[in-house]
Amino acid sequence: MSATAVHSLWTTAADPIDKIDAPNIEYGQLAPTLIVIGAAVIGVLIEAFVPRKSRYYAQLFVSVVALAAAFAAVVALAAGGYGTTKARIAAMGAIAVDGPALFLQGTILLAGLVAIFTFAERKLDPVAHGNRVDSFVAQAGAVPGSEGEQAATKAGFATTEVFPLALFAIGGMLVFPSANDLLTFFIALEVFSLPLYLLCALARRKRLMSQEAAVKYFLLGAFASAFTLFGIALIYGYAGSVSYGTVAKVVDGTITTVDPALAGTMGNDALLLIGSAMIVMGLLFKVGAVPFHMWTPDVYQGAPTPVTGFMAAATKVAAFGALLRLLYVVLPGLRWDWRPVMYGVAVITMLGGAIVAITQTDIKRLLAYSSIAHAGFILAGVIATTKDGVSSVLFYLGAYSFVTIGAFAVVTLVRDAGGEATHLSKWAGLGRRSPLVAAVFAVFLLAFAGIPLTSGFSGKFAVFKAAAEGGAGALVVVGVISSAIAAFFYIRVIVLMFFSEPKADGPTVAVPSPLTMTAIGLGVAVTLVLGVAPQYFLDLASQSGVFVR
Amino acid sequence: MIALLVAAPLLGAAVLLCGGRRLDRVGHWLGTALAAVSFVIGLVLFTDMLGKGAEDRTLNQHLFSWIPVEGFQADVAFQLDQLSVTFVLLISGVGTLIHLYSIGYMEHDERRRRFFGYLNLFLAAMLLLVLADNYLLLYVGWEGVGLASYLLIGFWQHKPSAATAAKKAFLVNRVGDMGLSIAIMLMFTTFGTFAFGDVLEATGETGEGKLTAIGLMLLLAACGKSAQVPLQSWLGDAMEGPTPVSALIHAATMVTAGVYLIVRSGEIFNAAPDAQLAVTVVGAVTLLFGAIVGCAKDDIKKALAGSTMSQIGYMILAAGLGPIGYVFAIMHLVTHGFFKAGLFLGAGSVMHGMNDEVDMRKYGGLRKYMPVTFVTFGLGYLAIIGFPGLSGFFSKDKIIEAAFAKGGTEGWILGSVALLGAAITAYYMTRVMIMTFFGEKRWEPDAEGKQPHPHESPKSMTIPMILLAVGSVCAGGFFSIGDRFMHWLEPVTHHDHGDSPLSAATVTGATMVVLVIGVTLAWLQYGRRPVPSVAPRGSLLTRAARRDLLQDDFNHVVLVRGGEHLTRSLVYVDHTLVDGVVNGTAASVGGLSGRLRKLQNGFARSYAVSMFGGVAVLIAATLLMRAV
Repeated sequence: MSATAVHSLWTTAADPIDKIDAPNIEYGQLAPTLIVIGAAVIGVLIEAFVPRKSRYYAQLFVSVVALAAAFAAVVALAAGGYGTTKARIAAMGAIAVDGPALFLQGTILLAGLVAIFTFAERKLDPVAHGNRVDSFVAQAGAVPGSEGEQAATKAGFATTEVFPLALFAIGGMLVFPSANDLLTFFIALEVFSLPLYLLCALARRKRLMSQEAAVKYFLLGAFASAFTLFGIALIYGYAGSVSYGTVAKVVDGTITTVDPALAGTMGNDALLLIGSAMIVMGLLFKVGAVPFHMWTPDVYQGAPTPVTGFMAAATKVAAFGALLRLLYVVLPGLRWDWRPVMYGVAVITMLGGAIVAITQTDIKRLLAYSSIAHAGFILAGVIATTKDGVSSVLFYLGAYSFVTIGAFAVVTLVRDAGGEATHLSKWAGLGRRSPLVAAVFAVFLLAFAGIPLTSGFSGKFAVFKAAAEGGAGALVVVGVISSAIAAFFYIRVIVLMFFSEPKADGPTVAVPSPLTMTAIGLGVAVTLVLGVAPQYFLDLASQSGVFVR
Repeated sequence: MIALLVAAPLLGAAVLLCGGRRLDRVGHWLGTALAAVSFVIGLVLFTDMLGKGAEDRTLNQHLFSWIPVEGFQADVAFQLDQLSVTFVLLISGVGTLIHLYSIGYMEHDERRRRFFGYLNLFLAAMLLLVLADNYLLLYVGWEGVGLASYLLIGFWQHKPSAATAAKKAFLVNRVGDMGLSIAIMLMFTTFGTFAFGDVLEATGETGEGKLTAIGLMLLLAACGKSAQVPLQSWLGDAMEGPTPVSALIHAATMVTAGVYLIVRSGEIFNAAPDAQLAVTVVGAVTLLFGAIVGCAKDDIKKALAGSTMSQIGYMILAAGLGPIGYVFAIMHLVTHGFFKAGLFLGAGSVMHGMNDEVDMRKYGGLRKYMPVTFVTFGLGYLAIIGFPGLSGFFSKDKIIEAAFAKGGTEGWILGSVALLGAAITAYYMTRVMIMTFFGEKRWEPDAEGKQPHPHESPKSMTIPMILLAVGSVCAGGFFSIGDRFMHWLEPVTHHDHGDSPLSAATVTGATMVVLVIGVTLAWLQYGRRPVPSVAPRGSLLTRAARRDLLQDDFNHVVLVRGGEHLTRSLVYVDHTLVDGVVNGTAASVGGLSGRLRKLQNGFARSYAVSMFGGVAVLIAATLLMRAV
């Protein structure tokens, strides 16, 4: 090694290193997410430091305050114009703050808040050993049916960790539809998925089924995530970037510079197409679209019912939000490639969900298939590829999430000796015994069926209208046919409740605490308001329909 | 003020029908009083109108906007002109008399209060019909009189025949009502409005095809309401109702609504000669049809019903002649209102005295026992056959003259038919008169073995009969002398003299000749020889006429059987094809569901395989899209 070389090495090394700029984080604009995640961390600390007896109340208080505060922050941001004129990309290009993001965050936070109420319900299960118990197992680590489990129940243990877990999940869901690069997107996906896997396993009754559901959900979720991550890698290989904006520009040809390190792959359309198909597949898994839906009935049935309601509502909102942003912001240049494919997925999802639901005998599985059919209806709005398509999907998601949480909350009320009586035969004649509960459930079913004067009708009308105007008329025809098929099994439950003789050993209807009553009441109120006078909310969704790029 | 005309009887109907038994004792007086109120208001409006010049006698009253939708404006508004005030006076005047008559006639009926409620309802609806200033509101009145007619025909609903007759009238009228509703819809699509003024003004700029369609639909409506061929079958059965109802609704007023409709829509028919020709044909056919049926009936009310049909046929014929005939149609309508109502009330009076017997073969020689009835009925009889100087003479003569004045072959045919009709009228009315009031007593005890004791009816019944008889005698002359009625109506209906191939005197002479022939024939057959108590078998035509010229048989074979076959085959198609498709679809969807459900086997590994397959298809499809 020559002296000059040494010198030059030295001098190079001696040159001042480029300073790494501290990232510029707009805390104010990220406040909703930060509040929720912060509260989740506080929840973990409560588990560690607060005495067992007070934990439930502390957790509930923190969760409710955090969600309410986060919702207030969303409203403040929207009122400050961040949803429209001041929409921007924050946190160094990682997070978008725009109309769809704020609308969906608000929806997720409200749905989360209502779900937390059902999580906290402690009046439905009979008092065990002098302690009021909720839907969750006393000690998650105890083997089902073992002495340890009984001891934990006797000691009055409670899995209050469900609150911080739910908050973490909500935090992830808040980021998911606003993520503006593929890595943030993936991390958000995992942040909200992992707590959900855990929550699924925590049912107090039918624990084995619950654990089986959690394992299935985890395995299949991991499988789907692997595809998603692989897809992200391929997209990076194609575009040389994971930023939504940059990828979009490479796709539509605005950026043509080639990173020398990726010279072999950049601009290779096969990578783009395969990569985007894989990422989309991950999202279709989360929304439960056919053929990636098979986890849905098993997990919905096995998970504790409050968790099912939460998942069915909030996960769908977050995942559809992310799907919209991906298709509208990153891949608009590929519209002619992905639209026919999504078209096919929407058709088989609508028909598949509706058809298989007909032969279901368990109310939770029935609702699971119904949620699959609804995923198909929402996909019809996604396919519109217009601004109206975006806003119709936003409206549908808001309407649907409240109906879903409310419906699952009603399911928690109908009980027999083994816990919730979910077999449909048990629901026969419910309308004679508990007319109010049956009537409320009937309202939710009519909303699912899309009968006028319920939010289901307004939502379905909006997405079908957008789809028809977006040139997908045939899809609307399929949608209406599926709605007709779906109406059969919704109405069948109503007929069962009101026009069948009650069975002698039928279930009882538990009187819930104000928490669940609030959840159900809100569900009914939103369902009727969005059904009777939807204009304000349609306008709101319409104003929120523009993505920042 | 105009609204009060309708409101008074409407109030009466509401009070009487909702008031309950408390009103049983005063209900009939209240109903009669409110009918009289309408008549008095009508008179006031009429005198008020007389005080104005001929051109500004039309009075409009806008009550409220009924259906104020963009592009579809319907108002509740009234129009009182010379035509409608004529009807108002006829309806409320004859109506009041018949209310008065009913007090006596219905005395022993427990449901008398309800009867007066229905009568008031009828008056309100009929007045609404003639006062409406647009077709939609007219339609409301049209349906209202249909309802009242249904309720009153079936008033004695405990008799199955009455209930059936009510149903029949209602159903046959539905066919006509459908015509009116279609006509109104056509008007709306053609003119964009229903108001008489606007519609009739716009006819000038509209194609003849559309106007013909509207005109034919209006004619269908008129056929239903006015019992014209081919929708005539209900009127005979409608005589099942109480006699005052037959007099008021099925002789004097409601059945003339079709004539009103055609005269009111004159501009449309004037511009659609084909529709107008259809109107005259319907009128001519019905006038013979009704007259022939009237000759064969032994039931006094059914004989009169045939006569009503025939006389309305005259009016429709006149209305179909266009401006030559409108005035005479209405004039005959008014005079007919007097004499036919009088005849019906007389028939009711006879029945009242004869234990409700209606078969004329069991009457005979009643003139001594019921002198007032005999005289009033006799004056009505002379009026209807057109005895010189009485009402019918003037109005019918004019129609026959106008029919000849139509000109051409048509004029000759229509004129001859009208003349023939006059002969038959003289024949069957003389037959009724002789069988009822002359000859020997052929009285028989009724079903309960009670021998009839014919007696004169109470004052409340005879006074209306006397007043109507005065109308039967004088109305025609009063209207015709100096062409008073023609000048009165001319601003609304316009008038055209036409030019008749025959002079007025020739026509009158011919009418007199056929009148004498008709009366003589009837006298030869029924006056000279004793009337058999049991009807002889008679000729083929007589037997057919007794069965209303086979109208019901025709309807049964063509419409009922045909309809039954149609519905049966539709039910068959519904059961096999439609239900088969529906049930088959349901079954196949259910089967598919059961099969797809098996894919959901609970194993995470098969779920993963399905996802893997799914993503493979997704990628393949995406790449394929690019390749295509």
